[in-house]
Order: sequence, then C-alpha cells, then structure tokens
Amino acid sequence: MLAMNYRGPYRVRTVEKPMPEILHPEDAIIRVTRTCICGSDLHLYHGMVPDTRVGSTFGHEFTGVVEEVGPLVQKLKVGDQVLVPFNIACGKCNFCKQGLFGNCHESNSMATAVGGIFGYSHTAGGFDGGQAEYVRVPYADVGPTVIPAEMDPDDAVLLTDVVPTGYQAAEMGGIKQGDTVVIFGAGPIGIMAARCAWFFGPSRVIIIDHIDYRLEFAKNYAKCEAYNFKDMADPVVFLKKTTDSYGADVCIDCVGCEAEGNTLQTFSGRVALMQAGAATALQWAVNSVKKGGIVSVVGVYGPPFNLVPFGNIVNKGLTIRANQASVKRLLPKLIDHVMSGRLNPKGLITHRIPLEEVSDAYRLFSSKLDNCIKTVLIPSAKH
Amino acid sequence: MEENNEDYKNIPGWGMDADAENEPTYPMKNYTGDDHNRINYERSVQQPEDVEILMSIERPAITRVFGTSVPPSGLSGMIRRYAFQHSEDRYRHWIPLILADRINVFEGLVEDIKAGEFPDMIKERGLAMEWKHNKIGILKKAATIAVVGTVIFTLTRKKK
Repeated sequence: MLAMNYRGPYRVRTVEKPMPEILHPEDAIIRVTRTCICGSDLHLYHGMVPDTRVGSTFGHEFTGVVEEVGPLVQKLKVGDQVLVPFNIACGKCNFCKQGLFGNCHESNSMATAVGGIFGYSHTAGGFDGGQAEYVRVPYADVGPTVIPAEMDPDDAVLLTDVVPTGYQAAEMGGIKQGDTVVIFGAGPIGIMAARCAWFFGPSRVIIIDHIDYRLEFAKNYAKCEAYNFKDMADPVVFLKKTTDSYGADVCIDCVGCEAEGNTLQTFSGRVALMQAGAATALQWAVNSVKKGGIVSVVGVYGPPFNLVPFGNIVNKGLTIRANQASVKRLLPKLIDHVMSGRLNPKGLITHRIPLEEVSDAYRLFSSKLDNCIKTVLIPSAKH
Repeated sequence: MEENNEDYKNIPGWGMDADAENEPTYPMKNYTGDDHNRINYERSVQQPEDVEILMSIERPAITRVFGTSVPPSGLSGMIRRYAFQHSEDRYRHWIPLILADRINVFEGLVEDIKAGEFPDMIKERGLAMEWKHNKIGILKKAATIAVVGTVIFTLTRKKK
C-alpha cells in the first residue's frame, strides 16, 4: 500500500509499505478515504518532537471504511464508514472512564504524559498514522464512530481533531456570557476555537496572528475581530488597551511550540531546542488575560521544559486549563452542531491533494503558500 | 474599537452551550471515583510483543496495545535505549532522543543508498511547490545563503 514516509526534517515522500495487520484482537484495519495534515504534524515535520523516527507514517485525522476487524471487535463491521478520533483510547482505564480519552493509560508505553496518538512519533506510542491507504486502528470499539448517513465526508474528517480541539479550547476557557475571548493563532484550530467560542456566549472574540490571509479567513469564517501582531508595537499592550486596561476574560493558546514574535523564545525554543519550543503565545496569553482569568492551552509543546512566566500566573491568580481534546466525549454534541447547520467544518478546507503528492502538500501547508488553511489528502486505493 | 452592538447574538448557536457549572477546576472531568482504583481496572488482552518496544520507566508495565512502526535500530537505536533508561522528567531522556533523531536521518540516507535509491531532495522537500508559489522567497533564501557562504569562505581564507 502507499503511505507517507518521514525521512527527516522537511523531508517526506510516499512509499510502498506492507499492509497493516491485526496485531491485537480489538484492532480494525481501515481503508482511508480522507486524511488531513494537521498543524501539529508540522511540529513533527520540522523535527521538533523527540523520538520521531525515520520511516514513520504521520496522520492522525482520517476517515475510512472498515476492511477487517479483530475477533473481539463487537461494534464495528466490515464496510462501515467511520471517522477515527486522533486519540487511541482503551475505554476501560480510569482516565477513559472519566471522559479523558486523550489521557488513556493503556495506549502509550513510551511516555506517561500523553496517550497514544496515530502517527505522532514514538513519544505518542509509535503507531503508524492515517496518511496512507490503510491503517491499523487499535481499540476499534472505542474510537471509531460511524459517520451519519447524511453527513458530508469533508465535515466528518474534520471531526477527528480540528473541530473537537477547537471546541475544547473554548470549553476549557469556561467562557461566560458577555466575556471577551482572545485566541492566539489563526491556523485551523485557532479559527475553529474562535468559531466555537460563540457557542458559550461571549460578547467579543478576538484572534491574533501574523499572516494576513489567515486573519482575513478567520474574520469571515468565525465572525471574530482579527489583528496582525506584526502591526503592533506590543500585542499585550494592544490587548490591554482594547479591553479597558483590564485584560481579556479568557485567553486561548492555539499556537504551541513554533510560535513567532519573540526573539529569545524563538532562539532558545525553535533554533537551539533548549526548551520545549517557543512559548511566546503562552507568554502573551498569561500576560493578556485579566487577573483571576483563565488561560486555555491546546497548542502543542514538546517535552520537558518551557520558559513560562509562572510568577505572573501566581500573582494574577490565573487558572490554566490544558489538554489534548477528548474527541470521543465531544462527538455527540459536535455531530449535532454540524448536522443542524450551526457549524460548517468543511469551510476550512482550501486544498485537496492526492496522497502521492504528500511532499508538496506538506510544503504548501508548512510555508503557508497559496492561502492554504487546511489540506486534505486523498488516497487512491479503491475509490 | 469596542463593539457595542449585539449582532453577535445572531451567530448560529450563540450561547447555546453556555454552562454555568463549567468552573475552571478540571477539564470537564466526569468524576467517577475510579482514580482511587489506580491501575486495578479491567484491562484488555495483551498485544504480543514481537518487536523491541522501549518503555517509559515511569510505567508499571507495557500497555495492552502499542505501535510497532519503527523499532529502534543502529546507532540511533543504541542512543534511544540509553534515553529510555531515564525518566521523562530528565533532560538525559529527551536530549539523547533528539540526538538519535538527527543521527537517524543519516541512517535513512545510507539505507536509501544501500537500496540503490538516491533520495530526490528537491521532491521530498516539496521545493517545486515553494518555487511555484514563493519564487521571491526562495531567491531571497538562496541569496542569503550565498552571501553568508561567501563571507565565511573569505574569512576562512584570510585566516590561512
């Protein structure tokens, strides 16, 4: 089968790989119909995530058709069209039982901080990802969800990560009616967080980025205010001024380890890798939120340490909430939002590219070329 | 700059998920009391361990399923094995892993050449796409590299 193959920072290609096999009785084999490149795949692509081994296949956002199931799989059957959450979760451990599917204790032997994730380095379990024609899906009765018959397949694939992560970013903000919410990062997750923030009743949603076309897209798609931090002397001062010197009620970091905007953070985090990525967005979030406010973080940071202004967190009495999205927990609500027309995930998709052209697709997304917001890869196997 | 109108209330779904109970204490934990059962829960059957898996020393046992995509091998594999002798809390876990990743890139090149295939760097890096949409950017980068290279070359020669 054809699969994406990582060869080192900024180098990927498609290769022939052996077909995945059932390795555990609760596995399924899925024929991939759509798969996305996520902003967090770029951290792997740029060599930022430790234990990303040459030969790996990325991809944690995918939909497909069930081709084969293991002997203990009960809920899925061959031929089902499914969307597959990016988290690999057993459904039985104490964390899964609490709805923390992103923190499963039985899917990642290689680390304890994060659960298993498809195609996201050995730090996230060493599983092959969905940027391939076929993929092995462990715990097939837990994650994969049958796509409602009336749902557009492009909406379905975005429900595997972008929509739930954006939604959870807003949800973790504990947004109350009338709040001002500031979102750092106008990538797909930031845009979706901005759109989903409205579900919680704020009066203002502001998004900050440094690329004009993304800000324009965010303004139209998420109906929010959008500002370029390169036009500001200091984004924190700007945000204080636009919130009556008080600060935003909720700040959301949708950027993570590859943030721009601070030379010290960029050098120490992105160039020298002396911290777990540049924490610029987190720093701005902490310093732009009001005292007693909430900072929600879904931006990806590598392990183990970051230069974070913790003194300000203490002095301002902030609450920090952060996690990988627990996709399975959120799906019923989000499917309802999509099916009722309140949310239009496929509106984020700007590019559809054959899997064979994966290296071009990564470059397009990584370098933010051709006004790219979200790229979907289409494998060609049997469709 | 403050928006005083309330048009935002017409955004489909505005306020419908507002939850007064969502206090910032924990990301929507469904409290079941199961935390206190620790690792005494019903576990799935064990996936057979037929490739080398490096396991975090912070774990009591290997997980019931695991990925088998790229087992450790070569020099990078030796470094990874060293890294996994240390906790995730330590630099001596993560820095060797980053070093191993870089060495692994060269191992990949050797592997390709041994297989009789020299990697197409331009294609793998998607540079045709960059050229199509960002000619000026590429030319600027090339010019910067040329200038820096020339300066370094000149300084090196003078020293001799």
